Parts: sequence; C-alpha cells; structure tokens
Amino acid sequence: MALDDRKSEFTFVGTRPDRPDGLDKVTGRAKFGADMSAPGMLHGAILRSPHAHARIVKIDASKAEAHKDVKAVVTRADFADVPFKPGLEGEFWNVLENVMAGEKALYDGHAVAAVAATSALAARDALKLIEVEYEVLPHVTDVDKAMAPDAPVIREGAADYSVPEGMHPNVVRYHESGHGDVEAGFAEADLVIEDSFVTEATHQGYIEPHACLGALGGDGKGELWCCTQGHWIVQKTCAALLGIETSQLRVTASEIGGGFGGKTTVFIEPVALALSRKANRPVKIVMSRSEVFRATGPTSSASMDIKIGMKKDGTITAAEGIFRLQGGAFPGAPGDMTAMCAFAPYNLTNVRQVGYDVMANRPKQAAYRAPGAPMGAFAVESVLDELCNQLGLDPVDVRLKNAAHEGTKASYGPTYERIGLVETLEAAKAHPHYSAPLKPGQGRGISCGFWFNHGGETSVSLALSEDGSAQVMVGTPDIGGSRASMALMAAEVLGIPYENIRVTVADTASLGYNDVSHGSRVTYASGLATIKAARHAVEKLCERAAAKWGIPVDAVKWEDGCAVPSGPNAGDFDPIPLADITADMGRTGGPISGHFEATPEGAGVSFGTHIVDAEVDPETGKTSITRYTVIQDAGKAIHPTYVEGQYQGGAAQGIGWALNEEYIYGDDGRLQNSIFLDYRIPVASDLPMIDTVIVEVPNPGHPFGVRGVGETGIVPPLAAIANAVSNAAGVRMRQLPMSPPRILAALKDNG
Amino acid sequence: MDYHSPASFAEASALAANATGITRFLAGGTDVLVQLRSDLVTPDTLIDIKKINGVSDITRNADGSWSLGVAVTGAEMSEHPELGRDWPGVVEAMDLIGSTQVQGRATLTGNLCNGSPAADSVPAMVAAGVTVTVTGQDGTREVAVEDIPTGPGKTSLAKGEVVSAINIPARGNNGGDAYLRFIPRTEMDIAVVGVGVSLRLNGDTVTEARVSLGAVAPTVLLVEDCAQAVIGTTLDDAALDALGAAASAACNPIDDKRGTIAFRTEVAGVLAKRAAKIAYARAKGEDV
Ligand SMILES: Cc1cc2nc3c(=O)[nH]c(=O)nc-3n(C[C@H](O)[C@H](O)[C@H](O)COP(=O)(O)OP(=O)(O)OC[C@H]3O[C@@H](n4cnc5c(N)ncnc54)[C@H](O)[C@@H]3O)c2cc1C
Repeated sequence: MALDDRKSEFTFVGTRPDRPDGLDKVTGRAKFGADMSAPGMLHGAILRSPHAHARIVKIDASKAEAHKDVKAVVTRADFADVPFKPGLEGEFWNVLENVMAGEKALYDGHAVAAVAATSALAARDALKLIEVEYEVLPHVTDVDKAMAPDAPVIREGAADYSVPEGMHPNVVRYHESGHGDVEAGFAEADLVIEDSFVTEATHQGYIEPHACLGALGGDGKGELWCCTQGHWIVQKTCAALLGIETSQLRVTASEIGGGFGGKTTVFIEPVALALSRKANRPVKIVMSRSEVFRATGPTSSASMDIKIGMKKDGTITAAEGIFRLQGGAFPGAPGDMTAMCAFAPYNLTNVRQVGYDVMANRPKQAAYRAPGAPMGAFAVESVLDELCNQLGLDPVDVRLKNAAHEGTKASYGPTYERIGLVETLEAAKAHPHYSAPLKPGQGRGISCGFWFNHGGETSVSLALSEDGSAQVMVGTPDIGGSRASMALMAAEVLGIPYENIRVTVADTASLGYNDVSHGSRVTYASGLATIKAARHAVEKLCERAAAKWGIPVDAVKWEDGCAVPSGPNAGDFDPIPLADITADMGRTGGPISGHFEATPEGAGVSFGTHIVDAEVDPETGKTSITRYTVIQDAGKAIHPTYVEGQYQGGAAQGIGWALNEEYIYGDDGRLQNSIFLDYRIPVASDLPMIDTVIVEVPNPGHPFGVRGVGETGIVPPLAAIANAVSNAAGVRMRQLPMSPPRILAALKDNG
Repeated sequence: MDYHSPASFAEASALAANATGITRFLAGGTDVLVQLRSDLVTPDTLIDIKKINGVSDITRNADGSWSLGVAVTGAEMSEHPELGRDWPGVVEAMDLIGSTQVQGRATLTGNLCNGSPAADSVPAMVAAGVTVTVTGQDGTREVAVEDIPTGPGKTSLAKGEVVSAINIPARGNNGGDAYLRFIPRTEMDIAVVGVGVSLRLNGDTVTEARVSLGAVAPTVLLVEDCAQAVIGTTLDDAALDALGAAASAACNPIDDKRGTIAFRTEVAGVLAKRAAKIAYARAKGEDV
C-alpha cells in the first residue's frame, strides 16, 4: 500500500528516488571488504580449533615460520593483554579471547594462530605446518544441558553479581523484571496455559563474508579497511587489543554486503593488524563461508517456559516467562532483552519475566536484528494463539483488547509515549489478507512484535559547495539504503534537489565517534543529526543573506531553498537561492558547513503485526508459505521503498529461521553444516511475495517523526509462522526450526 | 598438481593408470573443484576429459537408444528437443542439480562417479536401465549404472578406468519415467530422499517396472520388491500402498543433518507413490 496518494507536508521526504549507491552496486563499481589491495600486501589465514573445548598445550609454528612464503605467524602472545597491557578486561578481554584463543579453545572454529604469506594459497597451506597439541576437554553445546549441575565449566568466574547463588558457573547473568502479582492474576483466569519452547541458533547469513585489509607499523600508526556496521567500535576495539592509541588507527568502512547485527564487532581485523605489525607489510584477510558460520556470531539458542492466564472475554490476567539463552563461550546472550521484549506489546496488570545468559561451547553470539526478541515472541505469541484457539476467540481481537498504548506501563518498566501497536492491529484486521478464505491444508497465523530501537552517539557534518550542491558526512555505514534517506532529509531542510546531495560514510579520521549501525538507529539518529546539521548550515546561509541585505538575521527565513526577508522586511528584497549564496561564500565569510553531534534519546519504540498463511504437506511435513503481510509502524517513512525492503527482509529472514535454518552440532561438539548447502537459508523460490503496510504514528523524538524500522520486522515472523503451521497441521509446534522431519514427527505423534 | 587434457579415452586411461596419489577426472568440475577449494580433496593428478572428440554429443541411434558423451551438461540435456520426450525422468532429475550456472557444467557421469548416495540423476538412470561404457587399459566394458557406486564416495571403477559413454535404452512404446526428490526448500539443496520410476504399460496394466531409491542407503538402490508391487496392476490404490510399503522397507538410511531415519523411510514411500503416478500418466501419453 503506497503512500503516494497521501497528502504530505514534505517535498522530498516520502518520495522514492533511486538510491545513490545503487548504480555502483549493480555495475560492480562498489568496493566491498575484499575489493581493496595495497602494494606489498600479504594474505592472512587463521588456524582454527577442530575441538569444541580443549586446552592448548603447545603451539609449534616453527615449520610455518621457516617457510619462504610466510612472513609472520601470530598467536595470543602477539596481542595486547600479553606483552603490552596485562589486565585487559571486560568486553575487550572477551573480544580478544574470541579473536585469538588463550589457554583454551572454547568452540569448534575458535582461532588459535594466524599466518601472513605472499599469497592466499600459501597462507592456507602454511596453516597445515603449524602443530597444535590439544588436551580435549568435555564440552556442552545445549542451553539446558549447559545449566545442569554436571555440565563442564566453560570459564570459572565469568558470572556477574546478578546471578543468584547456587547456579552453575555457566550462568553468567540474570535478569528479572515485571509488576503486579502474577499468582493472583492466574487465579483470576478462566484458562491458564503453560508451555515450553525451544529455538536453535541461526546465522544472519549476510552474503559478504568478513574481509579486511590492515596495515600497522611498529610506530603504532595504522590504517584499516573493512566491512563493518561501525568503524569507530572497530577502531576502539582494535586499538585496545593491539595496545595502541585509538586515534592512531584510521578505519574506513567498505561497502557492506549485509550485516544484520553480525558485523557490529571484530573477528579478523585485529588479527590482520597484528600480522601486519609483525611482517611490516599490509595484510588482507578474507573469511570463507565456513569460517563465517563457525567463528562469527550467530544468534543465541533458547529454551523458554511461558505461562499466560486469560479470561473468557480475552483479557490477559497474568503472564510469566522464563527465557534461557545460550550465547556461546562468552557472556552476552541477550536473555534480558528477550525477557523485556516478550510481553512488551501488551497492557498487563500482572507480569513477570526472567532471563538467563548461559555460556556453552559455541561461537560468541552476536546481534541479529532485534537480538533476543524473536525467540521470546515465538514462545509468548504461540501461547496466546493456543489460548485464542481454546477459548474460541479471534486472535487479532484478543491482541487489540490487550494492546499497549500511550500511557501503558510497559512490561519492562517505563510508560509508553505515543506508540502505534493498535494502529497496526487495526490495519491487520482491515487488510483483505485477514479475511481471505483458506484452502484445505492451510493455516493462518498472527503475531505482534516489539523492539526498543536505539539512539546512540552520533556525529554528522555537512558542507556546501560553491555550485550549491551539498556533501553530507555520516558515520553510520549504509546497511539498508540510509544514504538515500539522509539525502532526502537534507534536501528537505536545504530545499535543494535530492540529486545535488552526496552522502558519504566518512572514515574515523573525519568525524567524531559514531555508534554502530545497529538498534535501528541510523535513519533516526544520523537522520536527526543530518537534519540538524542542515539547519545549522541554513542558519549560516541566512546570516550571509542578512549581511548582504543589511537586515537582522532573525528577519531572514529559509523557504524552498532560498533566503527570504520576513517580518517587517518581508518583500523588501528578492529571495536569494542557496547556490547564489554559496557562489560568493569565499568572499562573504568563507566555507559554509553545518554540524551536529549528540546522543539522541527519543528513538521511539516500534511495533508490528504480521499475518501469515502456511500450507503443510501432511505426507512429508513440508511447509510452504503461501501468503505473507507485514504491518509495521515506521513513525514516518522517509524513503518508503527502503522501509518496505526492511519489512520484507525481516519476514524473509524470519521464514528461514522458522522453517529450516539451524546450527547443527554433532556429538563431538563440531558444527555439521557450515556451508549454505546444509545451512538452509531460504532461496528466492521459497518465498511468496511479501506484502507490506506502512503505518505512520509519528515519533515525537524525531523532527520528522521517524522510528527505526530495521529490526522489529524480524520479531513477529517466528511466532506468526509457527501459529500458521500449527493451525495448518492441527498440532502445536514448540520447536524451531519447524523442519519437515519435525513436522512429520509431530503429525505422527498426533495420530 | 598435474593437469592433463588427453585427446582420447585410451590416453586418459593410461594417464590414470600411471598416476600416483589422488587422481580425479575433470568433467564439469562441480564436485571436483568444489572439493578442491574446500580442502576436502586435493588431487595430485587432474585429467580433463572435455577435450576428447565427441564428449559433448547427444546421439539418437537407429534402434531408438541414446548415446551421450560424458561431458554433456544438464543444460544441453534439458535443451535437447527429443531426449526429454523419450526420458523425461532422466532429464528432470539432471535438471534438478544446482543452479543455472551449475547446469552449464554438471554432467551425468560426474554425478554418478562422484559416488554420492544422494546424487539426483542416478536413481533416474537406474530406473531407466542406463548403462555406461568404461574404458580401461584392457579395452572397454559395459556396466549397469547401479553397479558403479559401491558406497559413499566409492565406485567399482578400477585404477585406470574411465567412463567413456552413457547409453540410454530405447524408450519403446507405452513407457514413461519420472524422478522426484525431497528437499526442505524448493531448489539448491541435496536430496533427503530421491525416487526414480520407469514403467511400461499394456493398456492400463503395468507390464514392466523399475524403481530406484536415492539417499536412503549407502548406494542408490534398485528395488525389485517395488517393481513387483506394481507389475500386473493398474496402479490402483492397493498397488500404490504396496509400492510405498516396499520402498520404505528397502530403506537403510542414516540420521544426519539432512534428515532422520524415520523421516527418510516414511518419505521414500510417499515419493515412490507420487513418482509412479507421474510415470504412469506419462506412459499413457499424458503430458505431465
Ligand atoms: C551449487 C551446487 C549444487 C549442486 N546441487 C546438486 C544437486 O541438487 N543434486 C546432485 O546430485 N548434485 C548436486 N551438486 C553436485 C554436482 O553438481 C553433481 O554431482 C554433478 O553432476 C557433477 O558433475 P561434474 O561433471 O561437475 O563432475 P566433476 O566434478 O567433474 O566430477 C565428479 C566426479 O566424477 C569423476 N568423473 C568425472 N568424469 C569421469 C569419467 N569420465 N570417468 C570416471 N570418473 C569421472 C571425477 O573423478 C569426480 O570424482 C551440486 C553442486 C554444486 C556446486
């Protein structure tokens, strides 16, 4: 449903021009992580543990070092915590430990050493010359087993103060929140359903494997080119891990072939720099797909217990959830996020949620769109669906009856400002999809989803050129068409055409700190900063016009790209277009730029509702998704096509997660399916056309009303698809992925 | 690594016979090169058979049988105007392999000699009664497709033996074949179960049948019990049920990342029935 027919107070915002990076990408001119090279460059390769859990007794690299093509070998001894800064701690230590194993290899694929050689093939072959002696230790990869009393301990002392006494050392953080009295609430219910759910880890599946080119001298000055969602965090982390000063490392973000949260940390970048420092030559590292699966950051896997009470009229009387998230061999699984998001769409009197962060012998989890939220929604919305089925209630009506709105005390604490959940549910109810008849063998599922959204540190500069064009420098890598949105917002303020604005993702030497492109923050925060930087430039443009006219600056206003005399001076002078002011700027006071920096706090939470139809083959358990509609509040869609792209992408990735994607570990703790052939991400022909509806309930925290849209779209799909499949199959599916063997087994169990 | 591109099969056979270490023939390379790049198999000797005369020819012989060169690709089979009319099951099985790009390279021979129990074209070839010509140091022999694989990644070809032609029998009258596989997605996946069926009818009655199962045992199976279940019937429900039961009973699968024993066993029966119905319809001249 396009917005084109709606009246808008905007000129540029809400239109759908081509993205500025589009031509480069379709013609191959765009430079991605692996596209950069440098004179004298070496190629790096990383040796990885074949064991899920093992003590590293000895690493003998002498044969590799002696090889004529090998210019450097590094191990943990070449990083900051050993020779430079003993005592690196907190998350930096965790990242270092993940980037290069210390005393133990903690998961299959954990890096233990790396080489730099004169060719990629030579580097790969040199790895075979490194001898590592391991003492294999017992391992655990399952979340429930990792919490059991007899589970092998991944690392003593990793738990923080939040963990209740008596828990296994693998439980490293604990979260509990809520309000009201859930026991009293359950007592009021006509029906209480209690059920348990499991989800497997999935990978973001970005098409571009991690790649970087690093150069670091013995003087502590370095350059790094890499594909990342945030180059300032790369700069800060690499500097810490290598024991150099942050500002001495200049990091440039390449074009990015997808990230979805997975490129918000470092893996190979510090290794390339360490190799470069040792070899005194630039070093390039490009991961293989198998390395991406084994050694970057998939999601957590989860085990969850949900209890919800409902009255016959659909009122939820109480809700309780326990969410156990396994996040690999390091603290960080977002059990707290899962807990906080799970019941957030509902206006509840009695609610309690508990989240556990659990370590196991798997790669360190990383963010994946709304990290933690999709699993929780799967569990909660499945129970809601079951309650609706058993009480004979309409699933949209029940959600509307309990929906959170402005003034609701959220399940996780704060009170909501203006939010758009009710509007998405009303749009769902009115959508032709919701009333379309189903064929035999088909089922329909509904789910709501919530995500916080984020502001974050942001710095944007804008400079005008003599010819009246503008360049905008943002610090947030463009992972979803954001350069187009920035240009539209700048065009709106400056009053010059979209095409006259070039938006660049600046390197770390050109702007102050910018947070990562995550938390659905870019169009919100960099957008807000772009608007304010443009307004800053407009102030200066007005000053130049005021000086020329000899009137006070507050008697000049900016309208349609021109300085216009106003107030008592209205009509005294002809408006001066932007390009006429910039043409003279060298003589009227020098270059005109605008700048804005802040940590904006008003990101505005976001809600969506999805409708899914699924068809299950009762003889094989194979599911096809026959119809899919995403309805989500965007606050204000700056570039509606790219908003729709985010909605469709969330649904597409959700379909994969729900139906076939999963990390499969063998009894030996090794990952069984580290290639796309066996890690079954959906192919194009697996997907239906995904219909979208953009709801716009403006966010009061953004000048144009923007709410982030990047993450919420992956929260409802798991549940909506599970509800559709369960309704089609006539049996409740409690485990993801709902692969054909699982569905067929459930159908058999059901008779 | 040594790379050779011999001009004849005799030369190819001699090269292989005299090679040391790991030897691979290079047809389309969609297995060989993938295994090389992922460090699974690094051959010492690579013998490219694509430069040999006639290896890309598809020939219909006077008796109605077909001879296919060993480098004929999936795309060339699908685009051939006649082959698919005679053997739609063989062609559709080959066509399921990979993507458009892979179709431009992949061959029946490579699919067979790679030795995967899940190879898609193999059950279809077995059902169709396809044989291969094998050239060795002592001349040539003709071998039934079902006798080539001996286990995952293993074949009955001796050192120095190379497949030099694919021979597909004449279709004859009132015959039809079909291949179906189960994958959880719609394409770009490896068969969890594959079933090839070839039937001949007299009127409505099945007179000849060959049923082959893939991915449910260490090698592709030719299942005589399946054939017996349908021969002499009109493929009525009872025959179909017997066929499904025989297919499930023949399974000896493993539990792995691609599917469970129970799933493979069950679905082999389901697909056998579905494939038989298609083959039957084709034998009756229907366009399915
Ligand atoms: C993306 C992708 C998707 C795929 N999808 C499928 C699929 O859906 N189904 C499926 O079955 N396969 C699939 N494959 C595997 C592969 O494409 C097929 O097995 C293909 O038929 C192999 O043929 P080829 O000509 O490329 O063989 P090659 O790689 O050239 O050779 C394969 C093997 O056959 C041997 N060989 C080749 N020629 C001869 C000969 N003349 N005599 C003796 N031995 C010989 C080689 O030594 C080697 O061991 C896929 C592969 C890729 C890369």
